[in-house]
Amino acid sequence: MFVAIRDLRFAKGRFALMGAVVALITLLVVLLSGLTVGLGRGNTSAVTNLTADHLVFEAPPAGQKLDFTTSSVGPSVRASWSHVPGVRRAEPVVVSMTRASGGGRTTAVAVFAVPDGSSLAPGGVNGAGEAGAPGGVAADRVVLSAGAAAALDVTAGDRIDLDGQSVTVGEVSGTDEFSHAPVVWAATANAPASGLEPGHATFLALTTGDAERPAAGAEGADGADGSAGVGSDAGANLGADLAAADQRLGTVTLTPAESVSAIGSFSSENGSLQLMRALLFAISALVIGAFFTVWTVQRSGEIAILKAVGASTRYLLGDALGQALVLLLVGTALGSAVAAAVGSVITATVGSAVPFVLDLPTLLVPVVVMTVLGLAGAAFSLRTVTTVDPLTALGSSR
Amino acid sequence: MTLQLDDITLTYPDGTQRVTALERVSLTAQPGTLTAVTGPSGSGKSSLLAVAATLIAPDSGRVLLDGRDLSGLSPKETAAVRRERIGIVFQSSNLLASLTALDQLLVIAHLNGTPLSVAHPRATELLAAVGMGDCVGRRPHQLSGGQRQRVTIARGLMNDPRLLLVDEPTSALDSQRGEAIVQLLRRLTVERDLTTLMVTHDERHLQAADRVTHVVDGTLRRLADR
Repeated sequence: MFVAIRDLRFAKGRFALMGAVVALITLLVVLLSGLTVGLGRGNTSAVTNLTADHLVFEAPPAGQKLDFTTSSVGPSVRASWSHVPGVRRAEPVVVSMTRASGGGRTTAVAVFAVPDGSSLAPGGVNGAGEAGAPGGVAADRVVLSAGAAAALDVTAGDRIDLDGQSVTVGEVSGTDEFSHAPVVWAATANAPASGLEPGHATFLALTTGDAERPAAGAEGADGADGSAGVGSDAGANLGADLAAADQRLGTVTLTPAESVSAIGSFSSENGSLQLMRALLFAISALVIGAFFTVWTVQRSGEIAILKAVGASTRYLLGDALGQALVLLLVGTALGSAVAAAVGSVITATVGSAVPFVLDLPTLLVPVVVMTVLGLAGAAFSLRTVTTVDPLTALGSSR
Repeated sequence: MTLQLDDITLTYPDGTQRVTALERVSLTAQPGTLTAVTGPSGSGKSSLLAVAATLIAPDSGRVLLDGRDLSGLSPKETAAVRRERIGIVFQSSNLLASLTALDQLLVIAHLNGTPLSVAHPRATELLAAVGMGDCVGRRPHQLSGGQRQRVTIARGLMNDPRLLLVDEPTSALDSQRGEAIVQLLRRLTVERDLTTLMVTHDERHLQAADRVTHVVDGTLRRLADR
């Protein structure tokens, strides 16, 4: 880094310009990442926050993609899943999009209908979303996410109209959203028309092994609440052969995180945003590569001198890559700092109108990816270093 | 350190043919002597220097430093030889643009893994020895041609070489400053017991040399001892 550091000091203007480009691309990528995560949460948080290990969907016909809107799991399949070794609980969840009215307002909501007292729903006697604890859903008693409550301007104890049914807001809990609509947790009996056959569910939420604590008030196989509780031992095999069960029952089992790909709006939206991010990363690598290509060609005379006085190619490559690393770290740090400031302003002033998430991964991942790809671009351009002939340092008046 | 070029032949491609740059050249340079290699442009004198500096391998013949044959060494090994045992003085403008006069010397120490705190006094002393003690913080564009050449000479000595190879040290200087540079090289050769091989096309400064070798068309035509 001896020459690299001095080059950075000497050619301040050139490196400042390049650093500014890196910082601007980082700013764009971080803002886009924050928006991607924010939009993603608005699409998927109700699914990813589920207190279940796996979700079971009806296997789609050949050539068709798995989708929340087309999956229909019948009662017999549910009963079979409840007896798969290692499965402690297989709870049916009916997902539907509908309108809710209350407080003089109407809003689109996503209804997640679960068995009475299911721990899948937030709220309940032991608090929101605690694994195994009974949730706050009961017949004619719903739990509203904060977004739904705000949109309807209602609080606990108010009554709302949910697809023609008058229900009581038992609690306002959580911030779950699905497909960019705030979530209303309801009992299966209050599930709006979803196009599913009676008794069918969109998916089954599986709890396997000893992932949950004993749930007071939620026990009982095939109880009145509709859940298919199974009295598996706590030490039951957690490595249940889900694939074999899928094969036998014609289902597809995914983790909640994997299941988000079955949300149509998420796949298309996230795909577009990720493509933009990938393009920005590619652009940054190309820009860095182009800069260091020109820079290395300009320095080829000096590289020849250094080689002539005994510098190894490894030394020169390390020196040049170190220079690129410094440039990238400074540029990305600056860009992410500005992005963090902009993100804070957006969050503070616009609030939920812009679904922007500013957290450590949102800031750090772009910085790491930009740095790695930038270094790759620089490394590619620096191959010139290996081909410079030290002989050119002699006998020429440059 | 004795430099011995033994029956060196060097050719290089020129289109579909090969041109002979050096043909069966033999030369020996002894410690404490300044050997001048002169000749017209294209005669092969720079090729001779490049072969001596291990920057190019001859087609045939041997390069020996104190009897050690450098033929067949890998590029990595020849780089190590240059780094540790040979000082090279390039033409006046061959300094690194971003480095100060002091840094031009310190980079040589850095290449050898010498701590900068150790190298700093030596670099300062060498710059003072070539009359550049007051210019340690200046970059090449802030130096005159003669000053740049003095820094280049000091840099060539930074790794405490026994063999100093000098390429056209006066090419960018007027006769007065060129004479001063050659006298400086002469003094350093004697004081430090260097084996100095100097390529020059300027015959005005040859009286400072202990030996003069004239190269014409790749062959040694005249060898004069003084």
